[in-house]
Amino acid sequence: MPSPALAPTPTPILELRDVRTHFPISSGFLFKRHVGTVKAVDGVTLSVARGEVLGLVGESGCGKSTLARTILQLVPTTGGTVVLSGQNLTTSNTAEILTARRDLQMVFQDPYASLNPRMTVFDTLAEPLLVHGVSSPADINVRVATLMRTVGLAPRFMQKYPHEFSGGQRQRIAIARALALEPKVIIADEPVSALDVSIQAQILNLLAQLVRKMNLSLVFIAHDLSVVKHISDRIAVMYLGKIVELGRAVDVIERPHHPYTRALVSAIPTPDPDIERTRQRIVLPGDPPSPINPPSGCSFHPRCPYARDICKATVPPLAPFATDRDVACLRAAEISDL
Amino acid sequence: MPLLSVTDLRTYFHTRSGVYRAVDGVSFSLERGETLGIVGESGSGKSVTCYSIMGLIPTPPGRIESGTAVFDGVDLLHCTPTQSRAIRGKRVAMIFQDPMTSLNPYMRISDQLMEPLLIHENLSKPAARQRALAALESVGINDPDKRINLYPHEFSGGMRQRVMIAMALITKPELLIADEPTTALDVTVQAQILELIKKMQRELGMAVIFITHDLGVVSGLCDRVQVMYAGRIVESTDTRTLFHSPRHPYTRALQRSIPALQPKGTELYTISGMPPDLSKPLPGCGFSARCEHATDLCRATTPALAAISPNHTQSCLRVQAGDIL
Repeated sequence: MPSPALAPTPTPILELRDVRTHFPISSGFLFKRHVGTVKAVDGVTLSVARGEVLGLVGESGCGKSTLARTILQLVPTTGGTVVLSGQNLTTSNTAEILTARRDLQMVFQDPYASLNPRMTVFDTLAEPLLVHGVSSPADINVRVATLMRTVGLAPRFMQKYPHEFSGGQRQRIAIARALALEPKVIIADEPVSALDVSIQAQILNLLAQLVRKMNLSLVFIAHDLSVVKHISDRIAVMYLGKIVELGRAVDVIERPHHPYTRALVSAIPTPDPDIERTRQRIVLPGDPPSPINPPSGCSFHPRCPYARDICKATVPPLAPFATDRDVACLRAAEISDL
Repeated sequence: MPLLSVTDLRTYFHTRSGVYRAVDGVSFSLERGETLGIVGESGSGKSVTCYSIMGLIPTPPGRIESGTAVFDGVDLLHCTPTQSRAIRGKRVAMIFQDPMTSLNPYMRISDQLMEPLLIHENLSKPAARQRALAALESVGINDPDKRINLYPHEFSGGMRQRVMIAMALITKPELLIADEPTTALDVTVQAQILELIKKMQRELGMAVIFITHDLGVVSGLCDRVQVMYAGRIVESTDTRTLFHSPRHPYTRALQRSIPALQPKGTELYTISGMPPDLSKPLPGCGFSARCEHATDLCRATTPALAAISPNHTQSCLRVQAGDIL
């Protein structure tokens, strides 16, 4: 897959500026008190170009799914702006957001939960077409059949229910539903994590092929770095609500600069016994901290092997570090050859 | 003599919609101190094989139709309950994928850790508690004095997995069966748990059966790997050979479909079709319907594992005949 969109184009299709999504925690039964805030997404700035695949990786609880939901305005934004083809979604009203969703669709992780078990494939795929009035009831059959062929399903299965399909086929239905309105951007939240290896390859091929054919922009969220590296043009690494590293996919995986990315890359087991037995693995101590009480300064400092006193006090900004690379680490330059 | 030797194990589930042949003629053996990986996709029978050995198959609907599993001279599938109790949970221990559902949410960690010692070793409570504290410390839980009194929900996922490992290893078993112990965990935590299993194996000199669908996990951990498909073993060899020169078409296809082993951006190899329906009789090779090399013979004859070189067995008839590489 050639990557024409390595440098962000002047007018990105989707742009996030300092996006913050915080959830209040309240306690008490009758008299709710505000006791804290979960900063699920805390100041994310990103842009996605037309036809680009942006991989978003991070461990569970780092806020990658909340970021996806924030982009779609499925959860209210606390601050910052989400701009889709020039339209600011954070200040739009419900009707405007509904229209914007024609261009912005989502594929979820679990195809067992994201399809309505009481709706046939036809109902599922026809619904968006009818809601947005893009297809008259007369030619809807043809539209649905075309959609099914696009994702590699035979149209004769149109009247079947989700339980009659395997996991991989269900994910194809979910992708077809997202494609129904010919969107410009698709957000896929762990679309292959629930699938077996051989099925995973089918879905990855399908997504890559759709991106090429339809000039789609894809935000691909996953925790499996080898999958993300395979499909993405650029990769953004998230830790506790913030982007800590951003750059070209191959570079980020092969020459990671942020200590967290380094540990993450080294933690992936490689399916090659010779490499696996000789390489030095960075094992991070402890668990990811809670986003309710994030550590001061750089939120990675309690687990970071390179942390100094300054890391506990100062929040590192995501700053350009090398060509096409942004890193949020105060000591990135010092530790780059370690 | 091998530590564990399983011969012709068949475990079927008799359900309303038919008989599911979850494990259909599986034989393998394991030496003391060896690490064996069992790899397969969901439904390949890798977990049911180990559940059968541990006596954890719900009967009905499950039934062990045939086979033996001889552990140090005792057939675990046909021994008396007394014999079985002396082995399972003491000399053979098991850890599971999801530590939240396999720890008892109503019991303190202390009680759960001490239980095997009180049952199997007749220790006094204070002595058992001392051993439990030491076990928690050895799996890397700080402050065990305080943490031992907590309940499972007060631990994070990785910590719960550590507690479960401590619990399984507290009786110093000779064999540990690990059923996808890191699948539910994040990669950085997975790396911690894999290191821990390796460390405990070195200290106790136990054998490990590691069940997983992740070929990456297997490559760093196991001495020998066997690949399962549709309830049967299709290939079994040492880890290096399996990764560098796999012979069975399924293993080769599996390897070609992993993104980590392919150049970026290339079309991944996909195995067409789906695994066979195990409730229908499967006359030939389980993989024949999806295999690009299958012939009529493959669809008619049930293949058996045969050695193609010392320490390398595989079940493809065409490879055995020398038709394909």
